[in-house]
Amino acid sequence: MHPLAQRIVAFGAARVSGLSAPSALGLIPALTLLAMLGPVGAGVLGTVLPAFGYLPAAGLSTLSFDPIIALFDWPGLTAAVRLSATTGLVATSLSLGIVTLTLAGWHGTRPFRMLERLLSPLLSVPHAATAFGLAFLVAPSGWLSRLASPLTGWDRPPDLLIVQDRWGLTLTAGMVAKEVPFLLLMTLSALGQADAPRRMRVAQALGYGRITGWLKTVFPAVYAQIRLPVYVVLAYSMSVVDVAIILGPSTPPSLSVQIVQWMSDPDLSRRLTAAAAALLQGALVFAALALWRAMEFVVARLGCLWVERGNRGVADPVLRPLGLVLGLLSALAILAGLLGLAVWSFAGFWAFPDAMPQELSFRNWNRYLPGILTASGTTALIAILATGLALVLVLGCLESEYRSGRGLTQRGLWLIYLPLLVPQTAFLPGLQTLLLSLGADKALWAVVLVHLVFVLPYVFLSLGDPWRAWDRRNGTVAAVLGASFWGVMWRVRLPMLLRPIVTTAAVAFAVSVGQYLPTLLVGGGRVQTLTTEAVALASGGDRRAIGVYAVAQTLAVLLPFILALSLPAIIWRNRRGLHG
Amino acid sequence: MIRLSNTLPLIAALMAPLPALSADLDPSDWDAVLEQAQGQTVYWHAWGGSTATNDFITWIGQQVAEQGVTLEHVKLSDTADAVSRVLNEKQAGQDEDSAVDMIWINGPNFAAMKDAGLLYGPFAEQLPNWQYVDTTGKSVQSDFTVATEGYESPWAMAQVVYMYDSADMVPQHSAEAILEWAKANPGRFTYPQPPDFLGSTFLKQTLIELTDNTEVLLRPADQADYAAVTAPLWDYLDALTPVLWRSGSAYPASGPAQLQLMADNEIDLAISFSPGEASTAIANFQLPDTVRTFVLEKGTLGNASYVAIPYNSGSKAGALVVANALLSPQAQARAQDPAILGYGTVLAMDKLSDEDRATFAALDLGIATLSPAELGTALPEPNPSWMTLITDDWTRRYGAGQ
Repeated sequence: MHPLAQRIVAFGAARVSGLSAPSALGLIPALTLLAMLGPVGAGVLGTVLPAFGYLPAAGLSTLSFDPIIALFDWPGLTAAVRLSATTGLVATSLSLGIVTLTLAGWHGTRPFRMLERLLSPLLSVPHAATAFGLAFLVAPSGWLSRLASPLTGWDRPPDLLIVQDRWGLTLTAGMVAKEVPFLLLMTLSALGQADAPRRMRVAQALGYGRITGWLKTVFPAVYAQIRLPVYVVLAYSMSVVDVAIILGPSTPPSLSVQIVQWMSDPDLSRRLTAAAAALLQGALVFAALALWRAMEFVVARLGCLWVERGNRGVADPVLRPLGLVLGLLSALAILAGLLGLAVWSFAGFWAFPDAMPQELSFRNWNRYLPGILTASGTTALIAILATGLALVLVLGCLESEYRSGRGLTQRGLWLIYLPLLVPQTAFLPGLQTLLLSLGADKALWAVVLVHLVFVLPYVFLSLGDPWRAWDRRNGTVAAVLGASFWGVMWRVRLPMLLRPIVTTAAVAFAVSVGQYLPTLLVGGGRVQTLTTEAVALASGGDRRAIGVYAVAQTLAVLLPFILALSLPAIIWRNRRGLHG
Repeated sequence: MIRLSNTLPLIAALMAPLPALSADLDPSDWDAVLEQAQGQTVYWHAWGGSTATNDFITWIGQQVAEQGVTLEHVKLSDTADAVSRVLNEKQAGQDEDSAVDMIWINGPNFAAMKDAGLLYGPFAEQLPNWQYVDTTGKSVQSDFTVATEGYESPWAMAQVVYMYDSADMVPQHSAEAILEWAKANPGRFTYPQPPDFLGSTFLKQTLIELTDNTEVLLRPADQADYAAVTAPLWDYLDALTPVLWRSGSAYPASGPAQLQLMADNEIDLAISFSPGEASTAIANFQLPDTVRTFVLEKGTLGNASYVAIPYNSGSKAGALVVANALLSPQAQARAQDPAILGYGTVLAMDKLSDEDRATFAALDLGIATLSPAELGTALPEPNPSWMTLITDDWTRRYGAGQ
């Protein structure tokens, strides 16, 4: 046989049989699943048992439905459930809508590159800091009201319920502002594989407007790739704790906040109610996901009708500026909030309605800097280890999947997705008990492993789709030219996928830095990161302390994002196609 | 009982695989405690929401470092986190080396942990500095009517005061007067949302003000006609809630969150459990310098802050050294200084040396702090069962969107 033909046949056979994949590589998927699902499974079990009355440590060991009855007895349940559901669904729809409109109207333009540069670093801003910044911006005694006071004549803030409103509107707005950068970054890294320019060229050649053309030709391909990140946003928005405490109502609070409050009640039997509520929270998230999935079918059907009607885009002139305004607004909300916190970090006394503090000094910074430096070291170490491990595992999984030709099944995808769907409050206390009984808590590596549980899904979600969308024919061509499996990986696939890989690493880093409950519970409080320190200080509501830590956190995770945006362009400056 | 207490150390000795350090630890043999404490690291789980307290704990760390103990402040957003931690450790059989060596604990958590056998002790009254503690004038041996029995050591006295902005209002010396003022000035008063500790304290303080029979509150609530005793409180709150800040739709999450509201001029009146808090906050730019404090005519609730040591701490000797350092006249004087912390001392002035007494006498209590005489009567805390019941009732009535 001709050598070239031999190679092609061998390559195809290897892909089908998977026999030539080294066995170590073959073990990685199993190892990864174990790292992600073992802790969740053990933790969930530690939740299900108390939900039915079994918590031996508190001397409670009679199985019963009492905790569930107690939960349904709570008068705030209806409002709390409604709040979780509306916040999740509305925040996800709005975030997706804003990202889609912005991309459709402006991708590839100069204003878009500006917006991208604004939004990307915002992903790293911790949720709690974003929420505090926003609260300071929009509260009746907030910055906007202060700036407007010369016009309104307010010397006292008006008694208006803006922050913590009963309908959770401010909470929803806060979630949207925080999730838009995440979805935008996910969508951008997926766009590279969606062949958008050619689709757009065809659409525009047929006379479609920019937005209509993008929605009809590019959006379906992109949405298929960002579906999982969208689900993550939905599940997260429904079960978020820190943002809901700061921006959400408290009479009653959202279900997840109430769970945390029951968990910390001195009356140990409340933990049973908390466990029952955690199960309900899990069920709610799954119901909302099912609803979203159903809506996808409806939208797809309506979308097809819309596509077939051939409308070229009369609404485009309105939608295009709207997309940019909304995108800018969500970026500005976070930036202005952060700026407000930055000013607070230097503030002496700052009375209403002054737009600026009476004096600025380094007093607050001097006070907190020693703690920040210590915590930054720990934070970075944990984040680097968790990110590195996650990248190795996920790249191993994807490579093994590629070589064996066995793609991830739909069921496998849901498994990966599980740690992000199960509310943290539902499985972390159970997980803590497991680690304790193994004598493996309090150590830095245990914290790294638990961070890995949360980092892995994000890495999978953000890397899996671009990886699978990579054109296999590149590999075939390289193999034909004599490259081995490893050669194809190191010299063709990884370089071509550098952009999604570094973006993913930056996301993973930010995810690790942002972890509060896992760090606190597994670290036993002994592992102190910027986030655990910040949340502890935040409970005191001192905007100066919050300001210093928010700025420190943002600075600490800004670097990976700058690298993620600039590395591909620097490394492949002479290969434009590799960083498009 | 006697036989049991004789055999317990034996059982403990048999069950311990190694010569168990903690079983041998005798708090009354202080030299041995100091020797064991050498090189130990004490993880003190204490609420981290107050910058002033955090700085004070750092200073205590410097003091005990001289005695060979390293103190690490684990900053909690909620004391219950440490309690859950110890509880989970017990469940998992981690009986030797807890992540928690010391907890800044409050009444309900103390009662729960003591009941569940999660605390080490008795130790408090064996500490060398216990000799200075005011055991007659201050309630340092019972916490929310639960006898401490040496299972927790006091380190600061607290008493309810009301902080008000003197630029906007004058003191109101009774619950009724506060209600009348609030009606005349809607939206200018609020309190932390129960079950926050200070919010629950506001409910208890108001209940004591309104009830005719305070004796009944010292006994468990199930021995009284709960509905009848608390009826005046709910009538009062029904009248107060509509004129609260945000009409009672939202509440500040914690005590310090009220400071921010006062600084933002959103409210003029707030409750505090520390007579020196306002002065300290003014010094830290957290409050306008027009804020002052007042107490109620019939007296206000008082109690002590305590530290406790979990049964499974691996550094009990070190924790004892820290607990003792907190009671030293030097540390207590520093805590009372409003420029530092502004917490009341637990020591008796007549038990101190002349020099130490002079240090306390020289303290300027601060611009907004009442003198001990002005603070008036410190009322005893009700039995913990009252707090649980009225907090639950509050949540049903005002905290669940009804």
